[in-house]
Amino acid sequence: MTCDLSVTYLARVTDDDRVFKALADPTRRFLLDLLFARDGRTLTELESTLEMTRYGVMKHLRVLEEADLVVSRRSGREKLHYLNPVPIRLIHDRWIDKYTERHVGALVDLKHELEEPL
Amino acid sequence: MITTQASETVQDERTLQVYRVYIKRTPEKVWQAITDPEWNGRYGYGAPQFFDLRPGGSYRSTASEEMRKVSDEMGYGIPDVVVDGEVLEADPPRKLVQTFRMLMSPDAAADGFTQLTYEIFEVAPGVSRLTVTHDVTGAPSLAAVVAGAYEDQGGGGGGGWAWILSDLKSLLETGSVLAG
Repeated sequence: MTCDLSVTYLARVTDDDRVFKALADPTRRFLLDLLFARDGRTLTELESTLEMTRYGVMKHLRVLEEADLVVSRRSGREKLHYLNPVPIRLIHDRWIDKYTERHVGALVDLKHELEEPL
Repeated sequence: MITTQASETVQDERTLQVYRVYIKRTPEKVWQAITDPEWNGRYGYGAPQFFDLRPGGSYRSTASEEMRKVSDEMGYGIPDVVVDGEVLEADPPRKLVQTFRMLMSPDAAADGFTQLTYEIFEVAPGVSRLTVTHDVTGAPSLAAVVAGAYEDQGGGGGGGWAWILSDLKSLLETGSVLAG
């Protein structure tokens, strides 16, 4: 039982599910776009650009924070939200690059085959 | 309305970039990978970094062989010291605060010194959360570089902090850096 906590954390840090789930929502992607354009925004600022209740925006931000796509920092009495692109980068490096390489490899193979003298 | 304007002003005055990654290694190991030139020249831009780990101590990063080769091929020179700065706070293996000035290009050098903070927190035994906060206030050229704006332009522009931290995670967890 004592290692439950570490198992949970390990699951969290090794699992891309949270990132994919967080990204699978247009409002959350819109929030990320807003932060990409300019981050360090407060909930009030973010809320003013969305036709949604404060509670609704908070819920979406929490999902983004749990996926580490958003990192918040305290500045005096304000909580500022920052876009953290690292989880997306990790997915890119682990998955997308892999398939790109395979495509490139397949093309190279095809070229070799086509150019091989009969 | 007044509060919104006030926070806009604060925003304009201070520009932070925040990056966070979880690494399945102890804080000590992560600290070593950041501060030891035997390690920190093996990921990201591959330029070894030398720290005098005390307040007021010097910081510099020297051009890697790869950097020299690429810049020679492209017909421009790069300085021996590509980044310099000063250590402001060193609390191993938890917190490192330093100034950071990139000297790779005249534009970036003209931006002057920025402030860089590394924070390492052990979230579970052997699992570290590394948060990098780069205060790039008044440094638009450097802000673009570390955000990865020049990644697709080749010539070692790199993908900025997100790319460096992904590479660092890969090196520490798998023993090898990412291809390409």
